[in-house]
Amino acid sequence: MAKGSVQIVAERCKACGFCVEFCPTHVLALSSAFNAKGYHTPYMVHPDKCSGCDLCGMYCPDFAIFGHKDAAKETVAAAAPVSAVEAKEEQDAR
Amino acid sequence: MSELTELTVQNPVEEFLRMDRIPHIWCPGCGIGTSVNSFAHALIDAKIDTRNVAIVSGIGCTGRVAGYVKQDSFHTTHGRAIPFATGLKLANPKLNVVVYSGDGDLFAIGGNHLIHAARRNVDLKVICINNLIYAMTGGQTGPTTPNDVITSTNPYGTFDASFNLPYLVEAAGAVYVARWTAFHVRQLARSIQEMFAKKGFSFIEVLSPCPTLYQRRNKMGDGLDTMKFYKEVSKIRNGAATKDVALTKSGEITVGKFVDRERSDYRDLLHDRLLDSLGDDYVETEACTCQ
Repeated sequence: MAKGSVQIVAERCKACGFCVEFCPTHVLALSSAFNAKGYHTPYMVHPDKCSGCDLCGMYCPDFAIFGHKDAAKETVAAAAPVSAVEAKEEQDAR
Repeated sequence: MSELTELTVQNPVEEFLRMDRIPHIWCPGCGIGTSVNSFAHALIDAKIDTRNVAIVSGIGCTGRVAGYVKQDSFHTTHGRAIPFATGLKLANPKLNVVVYSGDGDLFAIGGNHLIHAARRNVDLKVICINNLIYAMTGGQTGPTTPNDVITSTNPYGTFDASFNLPYLVEAAGAVYVARWTAFHVRQLARSIQEMFAKKGFSFIEVLSPCPTLYQRRNKMGDGLDTMKFYKEVSKIRNGAATKDVALTKSGEITVGKFVDRERSDYRDLLHDRLLDSLGDDYVETEACTCQ
């Protein structure tokens, strides 16, 4: 079950691929479609895996993408034990 | 894919940016935007009042940062970011003055200003984005370009020694010296927070990919390839001796916090000396306040 989601402003994207490469749960992929400037923008290929960690937003040099926790599920997530993915993210961040 | 997506949540970083100026001029794969993200996140996490933050930058690709952030910012003449920032800090000591500029601006044309600000320990927070080259002017050899690199002014490869920035800045007298790359976003954000808590000349070097001018001539791929390279070869060594952290073209990159020490800053020393010499005649000028 997805704990978060990603918002993408396709028109700002320059298709550097940072978000696709460094997403810890591999949620994103570059689409075959173009934006107005001719770049292949990312889309959520596995939306269910998103943890809402916002690492894509930290990496995006064009401020075109960011992740956020799902507000409705946040209370559930807070009660649940820390998942392996989150523990790994925390470790990577260190 | 041309239709604008309806956003249900606002990107927290947008608060810190002049969104009417976005999209910015930086190339696809450039790491300057990534470092701006880390900076904005550091301000959010440390809950710093942005009315007390001033950003000063010089000329160059990184110099454009001053135009994109929604704080008091100043885009100064080439190499003179530190003198402007010093004046700003002395006139209004309450201000957090951040110098956000590139390696060419800070270490080539502005080299003297930088070492003397570090020597006097002026309370500035310097973020130096190092892309190893003069990028905006066409990829000429700069003081940080490593050996055996092809640039527009060294078509057969560079052969002269380059600056080791943390070593230089530590020797000049900085109280906080760290190095991260554009890959280390969270560590960089944390380091910027530490820098805001520090009094004195603090310096962070951020290595950034330059796909258009540095990597293209050296067949090093695009920005993403360099980010993967940073991930592979970076070793975090906090407290490493700065003389051992020099950069090479394809060797290991030592990152981390190298120096964290205490020294009296310029304004305190000035205050103490005047109080000593003048005694009761000394009247401290009131700091200007910006509302």
